[in-house]
Amino acid sequence: MTAAAYSSELAIASSGLTKRFRGGQLAVDHVDLAVPRGTVYGFLGPNGSGKTTTIRMLLGLAFPTSGSAQVLGVGMPDGAVRVLSRVGSLVEGPAFYPYLSGWDNLARYDAADRSVSAATAKTRIGVALDRVGLSAAAKKRFRNYSLGMKQRLAIAAALLTPRDLIVLDEPTNGLDPQGTREVRALVRQIAADGITVFVSSHLLAEIEQVSTHVGVMRAGQLVFQGELAALRRTAAPRIAVSTPDLTAAAEVLQQLGLADPVTRDDAITAELGDIQPERVTAELVHAGVAVRGLTVESPSLEDLFVGLTGEGFDVER
Amino acid sequence: MSNANNLDAPAPASIPTSPAPVSPPTSASPPAPASSPAVTSSTPVTPSTPASPPALISPSTPLRLTTRFLRNELRVTFFRRRNQLLLLVAALFPLLIGIGLKAAAPHGGGGSGPSSGGAAFFNQLAGNGVFLTFIALSLLLILVLPVLVAVVAGDSIAGEAGYGTLRYLLTVPAGRTRLLLVKYVMIVVWCVAAVFIVSAVALAVGAVLFPVGPVTLLSGTTVSVAAGLVRVLWVTLYICAAMAAVGAIGLAISTFTEHAIGAIAAVMILVVASEVVDNIPQFATVAPYLPTHWWNSFDSILRTPIDTTTLWHGLLSFLLYAVIFVLIAWARFTSTDVTS
Repeated sequence: MTAAAYSSELAIASSGLTKRFRGGQLAVDHVDLAVPRGTVYGFLGPNGSGKTTTIRMLLGLAFPTSGSAQVLGVGMPDGAVRVLSRVGSLVEGPAFYPYLSGWDNLARYDAADRSVSAATAKTRIGVALDRVGLSAAAKKRFRNYSLGMKQRLAIAAALLTPRDLIVLDEPTNGLDPQGTREVRALVRQIAADGITVFVSSHLLAEIEQVSTHVGVMRAGQLVFQGELAALRRTAAPRIAVSTPDLTAAAEVLQQLGLADPVTRDDAITAELGDIQPERVTAELVHAGVAVRGLTVESPSLEDLFVGLTGEGFDVER
Repeated sequence: MSNANNLDAPAPASIPTSPAPVSPPTSASPPAPASSPAVTSSTPVTPSTPASPPALISPSTPLRLTTRFLRNELRVTFFRRRNQLLLLVAALFPLLIGIGLKAAAPHGGGGSGPSSGGAAFFNQLAGNGVFLTFIALSLLLILVLPVLVAVVAGDSIAGEAGYGTLRYLLTVPAGRTRLLLVKYVMIVVWCVAAVFIVSAVALAVGAVLFPVGPVTLLSGTTVSVAAGLVRVLWVTLYICAAMAAVGAIGLAISTFTEHAIGAIAAVMILVVASEVVDNIPQFATVAPYLPTHWWNSFDSILRTPIDTTTLWHGLLSFLLYAVIFVLIAWARFTSTDVTS
């Protein structure tokens, strides 16, 4: 794809993006991201799956071992100075100077930005603080901020200047449910302004309510990418037949061509596919299988996510 | 070396009337100018190509050449309470030294002073308060001034990395080369401030506690008070240069760690080790190449004629140390991942 195509359609694009740490560990393994403009892209994956390392490469903080990445149509990390003023970001939690006030912290980051005018700094800082509800605490030292306030100040920093893309790495980490809701509302607001939002999380529940697209990371690889609805469609419903005649039931299901039969203690399940459940019932009865119960199970998005990323304690590295 | 920020214009050297396009605040209208030349921004309805996306970034987003970041850096540095305390301590030392020497003077009768490097002009103090400046500087040069410089220089990058603010400064984007230059200019300003505070306080204390008159130099000639003060200025500037070289070493070490304390300690170990080696006769051949070797050569300024060869050797040594270590810092900082 040419650079022009990137810039018109994709806010973030990478091809074969790879990061191998000095110890030899492959943190990010040939990731091809495609984040369409104007979407809210949920970047999912368990802790340690390479999300933050990917984000660090996208923001020019880390240099890829191989592969390339483009942000807003500009190659990274070489284009960092040109493009990052259009990108607001929150990477691995808020970081500010503890001995400065919230206001002075924002003023410092603003002073480092050569693309904005000093004349508008006061207004912009005021608006950003107001937007996250920190106006009252503007003069308080960052040291004395609560965790939620720190997180909100970081979001204010990401909103200091007009942006085309906002990158939020685990924006709700450590927040209470109320704070999580606030962040979610902010993400919706930002997206409503037409800004592309790239938000990472290890919690699916947090992302599925706001995002239109998702990418799922597992052990450094992008195992799914697409619209959230497409992910939902992959949730193949399964039929579960509760019966003492497991072998007979299995035969029937096999004749019907149901995929992936799994036998449990006293039930057998299989992917339903295009076949109507009532037909399965009829065939089972016809074959003389004693059916105690028959249910259709649709996996939740959570199940899908776990299916993609592996169960807990599944240490892959 | 893959340098992320070649485009960087060094901020500190900026001139207000720079060639950079000074456009009216661009913030308000981000998308329009670049990609859709046919469509004027005032006509949003374009039937043929539905919703042709505007350029994500106008290629001409002007990067201003301003000193804003540097000024902010200086303000943050000099308003930080820790640094203010350091400067206060630096100011207290000449006061204590002056009072101590005043109290000792009647008994000592101009006899044996402290055995350290500044011994040559301790005897002169009783006769002239101007010499308190040289005494204070030569005493503080051993440890106190290097500590002051090491704290700020060692903290410069490592401190930002430790707080995590480094990643945010770089994503602002501040630019790696530019950030480094701003840091080094700040360190040099800090060195100048620290040395001049010591010098000024010593001069004031000396004037209050001791008689002030025509200055008898170490070579025996006597110059006027004004000429003596000019020499004080030269000595102060010479020591500023020496400290700026230490600052460059601190900056370089600071790019290798995210633990400010480690960087500060490393600078101090280096300084002390250099001073120790410099005092071992067997190492005389390497001595001139040590970073601390030329520090006390400022006493050349207190003789007539001034031994300029020694001074130039010293200044060349400081310059080389500064250049080499700033380059090391740059090579390191522009090529490594920020993982803090």
